[in-house]
Amino acid sequence: MIRALRVSGVVVPLAVALALPLLLSGFRLFQFTQVFIYAIALLGLNLLTGYNGQFSLGHSAFYALGAYTTAIMMDRWSIDYGWTLPVAAVLCFVVGFLFGIPALRLEGLYLALATFALALSVPQILKYFDGWTGGSQGIVLNKPGPPAFVLSALPPATRLKVNADQWLYLVALATLVLLFAMARNLLARRTGRALVAIRDNPIAAASMGIDTSLYKSLTFGVSAAYVGVAGALSALAVAFVAPDTFNVFLSITFLVGIVVGGLASISGAIFGGLFIQFVPNWAQDISKAAPWAINGVFLIVFMYVMPRGIAGSLRMLMARLARGAAGTGLTR
Amino acid sequence: MALLEVRDLQAQYGPTEVLHGISFAVEEGGIATILGANGAGKTTTLRALCGMVRTRGEIRFDGRSITGRATEDVIRLGIAHVPEGRGTFVELTVEENLRLGAYGRASKGDLAEDLRRAYEYFPVLAERRRQTAGTLSGGEQQMLAVARGLMLNPRLLLLDEPSLGLAPMVVREIFRIVRSINRERHVSVLLVEQNATLALRLADRAYLMETGRVVMSGSADELRENDTVRRAYLGY
Amino acid sequence: MDILLQQIVSGLATGGIYGSVALALVMIHEATGVVNYAQGEMAMFSTYLAWSMLNAGAPYWLAFFATLVIAFVGGLVIERVVIRPVEGGSILTIVIVCIGLLFILNSMAGWIYSYIQKPFPSPFSDKPLRIGNVYFGAHDVGALGVTLIMLFGLYAFFRFTTLGLAMRAAAQNPTSSRLCGIRVGWMLALGWGLAALVGAVAGMMVAPIVFLDPNMMSGILIYAFASATLGGFTSPGGAVLGGLIVGVIENLAGTYVRFIGTELKLTVALAVILVVLLVRPSGLFGRAAVHRV
Repeated sequence: MIRALRVSGVVVPLAVALALPLLLSGFRLFQFTQVFIYAIALLGLNLLTGYNGQFSLGHSAFYALGAYTTAIMMDRWSIDYGWTLPVAAVLCFVVGFLFGIPALRLEGLYLALATFALALSVPQILKYFDGWTGGSQGIVLNKPGPPAFVLSALPPATRLKVNADQWLYLVALATLVLLFAMARNLLARRTGRALVAIRDNPIAAASMGIDTSLYKSLTFGVSAAYVGVAGALSALAVAFVAPDTFNVFLSITFLVGIVVGGLASISGAIFGGLFIQFVPNWAQDISKAAPWAINGVFLIVFMYVMPRGIAGSLRMLMARLARGAAGTGLTR
Repeated sequence: MALLEVRDLQAQYGPTEVLHGISFAVEEGGIATILGANGAGKTTTLRALCGMVRTRGEIRFDGRSITGRATEDVIRLGIAHVPEGRGTFVELTVEENLRLGAYGRASKGDLAEDLRRAYEYFPVLAERRRQTAGTLSGGEQQMLAVARGLMLNPRLLLLDEPSLGLAPMVVREIFRIVRSINRERHVSVLLVEQNATLALRLADRAYLMETGRVVMSGSADELRENDTVRRAYLGY
Repeated sequence: MDILLQQIVSGLATGGIYGSVALALVMIHEATGVVNYAQGEMAMFSTYLAWSMLNAGAPYWLAFFATLVIAFVGGLVIERVVIRPVEGGSILTIVIVCIGLLFILNSMAGWIYSYIQKPFPSPFSDKPLRIGNVYFGAHDVGALGVTLIMLFGLYAFFRFTTLGLAMRAAAQNPTSSRLCGIRVGWMLALGWGLAALVGAVAGMMVAPIVFLDPNMMSGILIYAFASATLGGFTSPGGAVLGGLIVGVIENLAGTYVRFIGTELKLTVALAVILVVLLVRPSGLFGRAAVHRV
């Protein structure tokens, strides 16, 4: 039964996700595209913080890097958007890896502070180098539509229905599935266990021959790459980049996303993405005057009720079901 | 009626049960000891008395039930707990450690007088009163821990493996002081020890624990003469 | 030379404010292991409460001390009611709760008092003070004085009173503290109350300079982080000293270095943070974390 639940846990949401473009349109669909983008970013951050125990409040910087890479490549050099994604990934990986090296000396609070300072400086740096970035005005992009070969492959009846929004939705979904599968693969094997070992007891991990420095820097790089890809996708989805969007508040939003979604969990990224996309909207509906107060209340109550995040609570539930099914309930 | 009466005490860490229903007692003015190998549950027993683990069963101190009470409240009833590993406030001075020991006292009394008495029992602490506690040697920290417990003016003193990691001479000195405290100040003592020889020399009553159960009880002399105990725990 | 002295004193005044908030951050960090991201908003909200009292006609010092009392009680209540349910949990959980608190306080302030800047009075005169041949702003000197008095008071409390000793013990070693009969939970609550009080003083001293608005403390919070980083997150005295140094650096840099305009206002704070973390993460006076294997 547990297996059935697990499998349906993947298949059902995927089916629903594929059906959505047929049911929703315009803004609603865009919101879900954004959910996928956030989920990719949250997965990246979770790799670093949840699985590897390195706190980062600076990932908005990589999001910005990815977004601006896409924007500059498309706007200044007229490069096709498809190429911007891998370039953003590689660029962010390298920068993340390099940042991970001095970060090795910092722990917990101090790493959080350093990344916090990094995140704070991003809008200012973006405005300063306005030759490249267009300064405070930002860069406007053309939303890419489905490429010709896709359109010609579809039967005539549907051809007109795949508009830019739907295409981007599908691109985001495909990227999400791909990156999730990669993460799953990465974590299921030795690498994953090494990451967790480093998180839980770095000294023991080192004494068992794990090259903690290499792993930690690599994790930083991979995590940055994920967030960079998310940033690149968001530039495409919003068709606009501007410095003030990429402030420290975004980093805080990511942090909230991974804690609410569930640390050290892949599915948590989706829950987190849903949370950070939709809850602020609900808060607005409840109170126009003080929506962030409602958000704050949501957050606090959430932490009381589900301190391990949604994925964590689901895991505990599944574990309890498994125990019950096995018939070895503990006497109380 | 004994000062401390424990009946059918069960305790668990998370889902794992560690004490399976033990019973013992400490008489007023007496010294009782709980012996056993590593993992027998001796430390857990003391922690259970102080509400530091989840427990079921009956714990009566001076006739009143204290099962399930918070640690701070148990201490304030006059039970001092000298924990395994000493529990010294390593960043505070020796004198600050002692003053903290007096924090939970029932009656304020004369702090200066009590400090003087503590230094009388442990002269080495007097020399180091302004030193940071973390700079003391193991033996000195153990003395500090016992002295801190005494500052509570307790009726019952719980000692958790005081000999652990200490040189034999230091251990003998500490045990000698515990005996005088028991005789002069009428402080009852519950001593948990791996070093059975020393413990049986100090105590009047003894209990032997194995994997969460009390398997033998009697006077200290009885246990000392028992063949099984001799061979397994006293080494001859 | 005169200008230099003026700028130094002015820098010390703002530095005292940074140091106070830094102290509040360090106090809570020592006790709970968590950085209270809502510290700034708590200070801001307390300042608004003072404003309400002043607006209703209360004399300054009455409103000042009443605000201190309310802030203290408020901090205590927040710890017991909002933080306590997640106290034993992971650090990130507590961080999220603090962030939630931040949102609530900021939003409530904006809702109740609007986002329009309000002036906040200073209890010190308008006229500059003259010492020798140099003129100093009265508020600068006064704020510095108030901050120092408060800090010495706190120091004396922690160093010489039994309750202060018990609070230090509870922060350092909760288990052993319980074994001394100390009610650790209440010590934590007291710590939060004191931190809130310190924040309120900082807020009321800085509001006359930067004007009162719901986002008033966000820049100051960042400077407080820089101060605590410089001084060492494990050292209360270091945090205060760090604040004074950062305040002076910021002021001198703003006066004498050309390209630090308003756009790069936070640059000094960020630079301090990054430099300290690169060179000596534990700060000037902090303890390097020693890991026992």
